[in-house]
Amino acid sequence: MAYSEKVIDHYNNPRNMGSFKKDEPDVGTGIVGAPECGDVMKLQIKVRDNTIVDAKFKTFGCGSAIASSSLATEWLKGKTLEEANQIKNTDIVQELNLPPVKIHCSVLAEDAIKAALNDYKKKAGLQREDTQEGTMASTSSS
Amino acid sequence: MKLPIYLDNHSTTRCDPRVLETMLPYFTEKYGNAASRNHSFGWECEEAVEAARQQIARLVHADAKEIVFTSGATESDNLALKGVAEMYREKGDHIITSSTEHRAVLDTAKYLEKKGFKVTYLPVDKTGMVSPDDVRNAITDRTILISIMLANNEIGTINPIKDIGKVAKEKGVLFHCDATQGVGKIPVNVQEMGIDLMSFSAHKIYGPKGVGALYVRRKAPRVRLEPLIHGGGHERGMRSGTLPVPLVVGFGKACEICEQEMDTEAVRIRALRDRLYKGITDALEEVYLNGHPTERLPGNLNVSFAYVEGEALLMGVKDIALSSGSACTSATLEPSYVLRALGVGSDLAHSSIRFGIGRFNTEEEIDYTIDQIVKAVNHLRAMSPLYEMAKEGIDLKSVQWAAH
Repeated sequence: MAYSEKVIDHYNNPRNMGSFKKDEPDVGTGIVGAPECGDVMKLQIKVRDNTIVDAKFKTFGCGSAIASSSLATEWLKGKTLEEANQIKNTDIVQELNLPPVKIHCSVLAEDAIKAALNDYKKKAGLQREDTQEGTMASTSSS
Repeated sequence: MKLPIYLDNHSTTRCDPRVLETMLPYFTEKYGNAASRNHSFGWECEEAVEAARQQIARLVHADAKEIVFTSGATESDNLALKGVAEMYREKGDHIITSSTEHRAVLDTAKYLEKKGFKVTYLPVDKTGMVSPDDVRNAITDRTILISIMLANNEIGTINPIKDIGKVAKEKGVLFHCDATQGVGKIPVNVQEMGIDLMSFSAHKIYGPKGVGALYVRRKAPRVRLEPLIHGGGHERGMRSGTLPVPLVVGFGKACEICEQEMDTEAVRIRALRDRLYKGITDALEEVYLNGHPTERLPGNLNVSFAYVEGEALLMGVKDIALSSGSACTSATLEPSYVLRALGVGSDLAHSSIRFGIGRFNTEEEIDYTIDQIVKAVNHLRAMSPLYEMAKEGIDLKSVQWAAH
């Protein structure tokens, strides 16, 4: 399969690749996907005054999954929590020219954004736990 | 060294220039129909076809009369399974095969199931091998065919064909072997191996695409087949259609070269494969070999790089032609059924890469490949949340993942 130039660029030069400390109060973490499915995305946001001041990702997955999460971190920076919640997988599909077979990568990225936002809101006491959305994975040791 | 590098020789191979040279006159000068009995154009082509049949038969220790030309191994597999099933239907309705066979066998078996036949899909052990005892235990008085591959196209594991052939003989059941990946690479002897039908093709052994063969035993027992393609009665009535003389001639030459050079070539290719494996495992941790440590094709290396997705890895080595068992490389989004049959977890199946080393690969290419693979794996592991979690001491198996 041929990749778009943008996917290749994100693959070769991933933006904001890395991790924040999960337990810091201003950090929201979303981990979505499963190794058995061939995709796991970890997306983290750092929030100050309702605005995302920094974002980081780590992804296990194909080039399109890597590019989707890398792009997501670029888009998240500078956005308010409400604005971030508006990012749609279709925006990612369009920006990266993802073929139909790769749309699930963009869906996963949107899920990761939502999961990170929810994690932050939960920590900051902005949201009740039972309204949590997304498909965040939980680790037994965390 | 020229880029890109071709390391996908299980998929297909470059046509050997010596093969091409042999073929060329049969396009432009000797363009007769091998079935034309009334003029020299036909005679010279018939002669060339029969010479090629000899070369092919010699490589697998068969008689030339037992070689039926087809369009390739997929057709040969179809002809063997459907042809036997239909011909011996009154004798029985049970077929035995294995779960790691090529799709050409598996899908044909599935088709026959729809037509009312019963198929047993034998499991393989964790190295990918079929057990001859399992074959023996699966045979019933309704069994008409056993179809087990010689060497697997993904993991290169070589099955104990001789022992399976012995079981088939003992029980009086016909034995078909899909030997597409093995012929020309390792010694094949249809007599010693007790094979009654055998599929193979030219383009896997540096011959042209579009031609293959089905070996059909003529004596002890004489195997009969219902043809798939009816017409002029070519190929003892088992496969009608004008023979593609240039392709057949090329197939013959490719077999002749294999017969003459196999011993030295296998040693050279195995050394390249071992160099590749050593280079990769010396530089990287958590690389897992898929398949059998020793009973495997000389040119095959199949490994899983933990915490790295296969397709992403292929993207990182864009100058090297390789194949992955990752779901992302298939239309179905399912990881390799062969690796799953071995008991390889889905996570490691997604992380698998198949290297197929062939006649035209060099040591320099292998060293370049090691360097590129190591760089790409390190790049992707730095990016992998799974690698990070593993480094933090989190047991990935204990995580409640949300499957999607």
